[in-house]
Amino acid sequence: MPADPAPHGAHAARSEEATVPAGGAAPAGATRAQPQRVAQAALRDVPWEVGVAKPDPAIVVDHVTRTFGGLTAVSVDHLEIQRGGITGLIGPNGAGKTTLFNLLTGFDQPNTGTWSFNGRDLGKLSPHQVARLGVVRTFQLTKALSRLTVLQNMLLGAQGQRGESFLRALVPGTWKAQEKANTERAMDLLRRFKLDAKKDDFAGSLSGGQRKLLEMARALMSEPQVVMLDEPMAGVNPALTQSLLGHVKDLREEGMTVIFVEHDMDVVRDISDWVVVMAAGKVIAEGAPDSISQNKAVVDAYLGAHHDAPLSEEEEDRFLAEDQAAERARREDVISSDRGRKRRTGR
Amino acid sequence: MADLLNAFAIAGKAFFGFQAIFFALLAIGLNVHFGYTGLLNFGQIAFAMLGGFGIAISVSQWGLPFWVGVLVGVLAAVVLALLLGLPTLRLRADYLAIVTIATAEGLRLVFRSVSATPVTGGTRGLSAFNRDFVALAPWDTGRRYDLIGTTWSGSELWVVTIGWILVALCSLLVWALMRSPWGRVVKAIREDEDAVRSLGKNVYAYKMQALVLGGIFGAFGGMVYAIGTGSAIPDQYQNANTFLAYAALILGGAARVLGPVIGSMLLLFILQFADTGLRSLIANGVIPAELLSSTDVAQLRYVLVGIGLMLLLVFRPQGIFGDRREVMLDAR
Repeated sequence: MPADPAPHGAHAARSEEATVPAGGAAPAGATRAQPQRVAQAALRDVPWEVGVAKPDPAIVVDHVTRTFGGLTAVSVDHLEIQRGGITGLIGPNGAGKTTLFNLLTGFDQPNTGTWSFNGRDLGKLSPHQVARLGVVRTFQLTKALSRLTVLQNMLLGAQGQRGESFLRALVPGTWKAQEKANTERAMDLLRRFKLDAKKDDFAGSLSGGQRKLLEMARALMSEPQVVMLDEPMAGVNPALTQSLLGHVKDLREEGMTVIFVEHDMDVVRDISDWVVVMAAGKVIAEGAPDSISQNKAVVDAYLGAHHDAPLSEEEEDRFLAEDQAAERARREDVISSDRGRKRRTGR
Repeated sequence: MADLLNAFAIAGKAFFGFQAIFFALLAIGLNVHFGYTGLLNFGQIAFAMLGGFGIAISVSQWGLPFWVGVLVGVLAAVVLALLLGLPTLRLRADYLAIVTIATAEGLRLVFRSVSATPVTGGTRGLSAFNRDFVALAPWDTGRRYDLIGTTWSGSELWVVTIGWILVALCSLLVWALMRSPWGRVVKAIREDEDAVRSLGKNVYAYKMQALVLGGIFGAFGGMVYAIGTGSAIPDQYQNANTFLAYAALILGGAARVLGPVIGSMLLLFILQFADTGLRSLIANGVIPAELLSSTDVAQLRYVLVGIGLMLLLVFRPQGIFGDRREVMLDAR
């Protein structure tokens, strides 16, 4: 699919959103833009409350808890993820985002709780079974398979390969045709992610950003329905971030459900349809991206709820006024000395 | 000079001898385990012992035909692989290493124990089980044959012929598997299990298949050794052989089809050449007897192999066949 990530800047996204309620046909093609519009329109009327029911949930989480010794890493009462939308999962370090990812994909088993995908219970499934159902994930620390080539990395993602069974592997006739088709699909994806020139290089020789791209492309080889990205932009330079953002949006436009963990709020505001905020293992807020920065619980979680608690309100005002006065005085100082310097050099 | 030529000829025989086949088969198995799948099996010799004793016990003790003995040996190796893999393959790689090294040593001690003597022959082991096999030779096994400056007995030649055919078939199997999607999954497991799991592959099943396959190769090695020596004695199957096989694998180049084969041949050649060469140098007085006596040679040749391996790892860490780019990549 020829999708150029360049047009997907923050502004492009805004303008698209603006045209959505009017029902204006996007030039990108009505079929491709369809799922995005559906998800956004569906989420428009959903109230911004924790545990709110979504019109068309792909993943439903109920009463999931996971403790490590005395520490409760995850304790989510109810969470629904809208199908075909991009859901951002944010929260301070140690909030339990990655642990929740691990639980949902079978990499970790919870102490209690159930969760389902398309109404199918996912509890007790092992990671490869979850992946076969169409829920594929990436990792916070990129897991490129270093001593395999880029193309081999991609081919590994393909599902239902006949040649992966031991006995059929010995009879190339049973898998050669499928391998050829998979290779073509892999090359298409590599071209889209601009990695096609690197196809015969070892994945271990790629840069950090290219590995992120490869990992995402490899996940797409499995033709997933839900893509879970654990910090896809971490450690990636700003130019590549834009390209990655474009790819994530493309996933939504192809009808996939995307859940991603991210720390960069600009990124989250830019691409997500819905944002879930976690802190200390709990979901403390969810809502449209714009609702989150004003949410008191979120601000408290990031900055500390009681960092100013011992002070009374009068005290707080007084300290604030003093601070501001001091700041003003300092700034005027700087400006006047600045002016003095200019005068001297100007004449 | 004539002495050195002689040493070269004797070492040349070791290059093709049944011991080289033994190590080659052990190392091919380890290549599947360690080189391709990333499984740390430090008890490969246990599979070899089960292979050797599978034949020895079936034929000498139970009076079964030779080929049934081969089957028993292979089945025993499969069972051992399953027993070792079931509890450990879900865990980190080092657990398999611990369990295999303990099993190899423990199994040998069980086989040589007094209570096992009625079955395994205890410390004296079993013999006279390769008659059926030798009888299959298409040439006169009583005669001696001269080939390129070396002398072979007819039965020796037969064992070596079948042994190398076996090595060729096993290498072919490994080659066919590793170029297939199956091999791709297995190599990916070596790189990162979790990534492979997240792509919908049953990592546990693949690791088990690899463990069983490599174990069967090891059992074949033990069979060749037992037939080559004409006896199966538990103490022949010291676990040091596992590490020599690793040395051969690294010498030849891990994760290469022919790496373990060429590595084993060279390892045996170097060991034999150092042995005969040093002895003749001592006998000629080139090396003074005060410096080195001929009884020290047996130990010294391993020192030489060790130095050689160190030089190899410094100057050619990928082994003879390996790809330097591949080895130089970071683990991550």
